Amino acid sequence: MHDSSEHKQERGEAYEEEHVHTVYEEIASHFSSTRYKPWPIVERFLKDRPNGSIGLDIGCGNGKYLTVNPNVYIIASDRSTNLVQIAAKHRPHSAVVADILDLPHGNHKFDFAISIAVIHHLSTSERRIQAISVILDTLRRPTSAGAQGSKALIYVWALEQKGSRRGWDEGDEQDVMVPWVLKGAKGSGDADKTFQRYYHLYKKGELEEDIQKAGGIVLESGYEKDNWWAIAGPRRIEAR
Amino acid sequence: MKILTLNFLTCARKACKPQATSFPLHPADSTLEIQESDLNIIFLQNILPRLDWPALISITTELGLPGLQAEPPEAEDLVVKEGGAKAEGEGMEVTEKSEESEKEASQLGKDLHRLLIETTIQEGKLMCACCGHEYAIKEGIANFLLPSHLV
Ligand SMILES: [Zn+2]
Repeated sequence: MHDSSEHKQERGEAYEEEHVHTVYEEIASHFSSTRYKPWPIVERFLKDRPNGSIGLDIGCGNGKYLTVNPNVYIIASDRSTNLVQIAAKHRPHSAVVADILDLPHGNHKFDFAISIAVIHHLSTSERRIQAISVILDTLRRPTSAGAQGSKALIYVWALEQKGSRRGWDEGDEQDVMVPWVLKGAKGSGDADKTFQRYYHLYKKGELEEDIQKAGGIVLESGYEKDNWWAIAGPRRIEAR
Repeated sequence: MKILTLNFLTCARKACKPQATSFPLHPADSTLEIQESDLNIIFLQNILPRLDWPALISITTELGLPGLQAEPPEAEDLVVKEGGAKAEGEGMEVTEKSEESEKEASQLGKDLHRLLIETTIQEGKLMCACCGHEYAIKEGIANFLLPSHLV
C-alpha cells in the first residue's frame, strides 16, 4: 500500500523498456527470420473470420499472421519500430507502432483481435490484466438484442513445458529471463551477443483467471505446444 | 499508412478516447503515394458497412483528394450492374457468371479501391483535435508511442 500503484506502473514500464522493448528492437531481423510458421490454433481462428471483418493484431511482431486470411483487414501494432517495418510489408493490411496499454483505437469497434505471445512480456500482474482489458475494450460487445460480440484470441507461453528445450514445469519460477543469442556475422570476427528477454510464464488456469479479472468471458481455451491460449469475449451490455 | 486504416485510428491518450474530437485524426504535411494492389471487390463490398463515411469525407478533403459523394454507397454500387450497361458486339457468348468471383468493379468500386487500399501517406503527421498532439508518419508507418508526460 505504501508503494502507490502509479509508482509500480512506472517501474513496470521502465523494466519492460529495458528487458523487452530494447531487446526486440535489437534482434528484430534475426527474430523475424525465425518466425514464419503460424500456429494452428491462430490460423484456424483467423480463417474462421467472415470476409470483410476488421481486426487487430496487438503485438504483431514481424506480422506472420497477416498472411493467413487476405479477406479480412487487420491493423497490426507493435512496440518495436523495426518489427513493424517488417510487418507493414504484408498486403492488404496495415501496421503501426503503438503500446498495448495505449492503443490508438476506438473502443468496441473491431470484429476480432489477436494477441499472440505478447501479454507474457508485461512484468506485473496488474499490467497483464490491464492489457487484456484493453484488448477486450476494442471488441464489439454482444447486445441483448442477440447480436454476437467479437472475440479475441490470446496466446501466452506456458510454465508447463517439460518436453521443450527450456524444460520448465509446474512449480518452477514463473518470472524468468530468457536469452536470445545473436550470432556474430560469419567471418566478421564479431562475437555472439546475448540478449535477455523478460517473460512471465503462465501456469494452468492463470490466463483464464486474468481474463475474468479483466472483465471478460472465456469462450474457449486450451494448450498448444508449450503455450496456453484462450478465446475471450467482452461481457454483454447490461440491459437497464 | 493506408487511408482505410485512418478510419480505425483515434488518439492513443486515454483522456482523449471518450471525446468525439479524438476521431478521426487529422493528417497534415502529407506526402502521398499510390501503392498498386489487386482489387478484391468482395472484400471492398464487405468492409463498406464498417466505414465511418463522414470521417472518410473529412479525411479526403483534408488531404486534398477528389471529393466523395455525401451519402455512403451501397455494396451494389461498387459493381457493374448485371445486364444493364454491358457493351455489345464483342462477338462473345455471354456465359453465366459464377456469381461471386467474377463481379466486375464499377468506376466507384475502382475509385474506392484506389482511395482506401492503394493511397498511402508515406510522410506526414496525424493530429488529434482533442489534445493537439501530433503523431509522426515516417516511411509509411505511424508512431503512436506517447512521450511519458502524456501517458
Ligand atoms: Zn488526443
